[in-house]
Amino acid sequence: MNRMEFLSPEGLRLDGRRPRELRQLRCKMAPVDSGDGSAFFEMGNSKVLAVVYGPREPAQRGQLQQDRATVTCDYSMSSFSTGERRKRMKGDRRSTEAALVLRQTLESAILTELYPRTQIHICIQVLQADGGQQAVGLNAAVMALVEAGIALRDLVACSTCGYLDATPLLDLNYTEDGGGGPNVQLALHPALDKVVLLQTEDRLRLEVFEQVLDLAMDGCRTIARFMKETAVAHAKELAVARA
Amino acid sequence: MKDEFLISSNEKEFIIKALESEQRVDGRRPFDVRKLNVKFGPDDGAVEVQLGQTRVAVVVTADLSEPYGDRPNEGTINFAVEFSPMASPAFETGRPSEDAVEVVRVLERSLRESGAIDTEALCVLAGRKVWNLKVIVHILDHGGALLDTASMAVLAALVSMRVPDVSIGGETGQEVIVHPPQVKEPVPLNIHHLPLAITLAFFGDGELVVVDPSMKEEAAMSGSMTVCLNPHEELCTVQKGGGVAISPAQLMRCIRIAAAKVKDRALQLKEYLAANDQARQEKRIKRRSAAPEEQGAATVVGASEVGKVVK
Repeated sequence: MNRMEFLSPEGLRLDGRRPRELRQLRCKMAPVDSGDGSAFFEMGNSKVLAVVYGPREPAQRGQLQQDRATVTCDYSMSSFSTGERRKRMKGDRRSTEAALVLRQTLESAILTELYPRTQIHICIQVLQADGGQQAVGLNAAVMALVEAGIALRDLVACSTCGYLDATPLLDLNYTEDGGGGPNVQLALHPALDKVVLLQTEDRLRLEVFEQVLDLAMDGCRTIARFMKETAVAHAKELAVARA
Repeated sequence: MKDEFLISSNEKEFIIKALESEQRVDGRRPFDVRKLNVKFGPDDGAVEVQLGQTRVAVVVTADLSEPYGDRPNEGTINFAVEFSPMASPAFETGRPSEDAVEVVRVLERSLRESGAIDTEALCVLAGRKVWNLKVIVHILDHGGALLDTASMAVLAALVSMRVPDVSIGGETGQEVIVHPPQVKEPVPLNIHHLPLAITLAFFGDGELVVVDPSMKEEAAMSGSMTVCLNPHEELCTVQKGGGVAISPAQLMRCIRIAAAKVKDRALQLKEYLAANDQARQEKRIKRRSAAPEEQGAATVVGASEVGKVVK
């Protein structure tokens, strides 16, 4: 049986990257006029759009909290996002789990005490899935929150990292993700240097995990630098446009 | 939000203040776990585990069905968690809440996706008949650390589960014959390793940490992390979703604490399983000495298929 080689003898991955290289990062802030803020984030071929509504009146009375904002999140993968067209039910387990994890992470990043009795709703739509969609989704959501002007504790940068062919690989694409190796998803507050989200899949020895974790953190720091530059550049554009 | 257990701010402050002097409100030290009790049900694959005040019952059933299209020679395992309203005032009947989904996903990742259960061994007739395991987790009482209790219960149930022995034969040589337990002893599942979950709770800014939080501690905490490892120090899954952000050093420290606790838990589990095996042996001797035609209580599930020739 032909075993797939994820790392060539020269040290190149399937898409020509080095093990410690991220895919190309692209971000467009306010790509659409809907909502109070939106952002389009790309990591390689994974493209995600996030739209933020809020702070606004809670849609349901029961969601109103007296001392803080209620953060809700929708995560869905478009039927055209994967190689084969697949219609996904909104309430299926994977997307519920993804929405839950994203909501918990964003809730801890937003300074919810500043917006009591309101709701902040974040819609995340995956337009093209080539591995690491949840991470891209989180990054897109954070940029959308910045665009909406919602106060955050710190930026949140998220990246995946795996371990194949005895090497930690940063930012897995779809093929590498399905390669049967472990997958670590990490979200980091870059300035505070603290971990907000950590999820792992598949068995991983502890020593190997430390290496993978370190690489994931480096990847997140690089993504955070890119996010900050994009946000600052966007703010300058707005300042010029409004002046 | 709905699922939160309400706690007064006084109580919250008291818990955190006590933790600053390394005291927990139930008298434990920060890294002490609660007393564990494992009870095996009347049937194989039924277990009830009690960890402090948290109680979880698990039932594993097996039936023959068709495999998934893309995996024709692997059996299937499905997990379902029921948050019964009697377990906590925060639970409501109806659609599974977010927390229920989280529990299911962590169990799935730690047991199915980490390769703990050998699904290829569940294949009976490739492409046509495989064993489909259904693991149903009932939360009977929520006293904190649900995932710790649930993972222990699910693992105990899977290890003690017995599936009827099958053979391929019949007239066409392609038929599956399921043997009743009186004829052939049911076989255990093939479990590769023992993943167990340990939950840690963080308080304040994330510097204070406790292992195996109780209900009140969970209500007062500012974040939590569940780590699943097996006794060989292999990480099966980590779930830290939101909550207070912690430093990487604190993260690794917590994982190492969890690794040590898992080793203890695995030993306890093995003791309980050995005791159960002993009890089962004694029951078997009693059963063999009874009349062979006795239909009796078929402990085999999928009882409608017992003895029948299945095409």
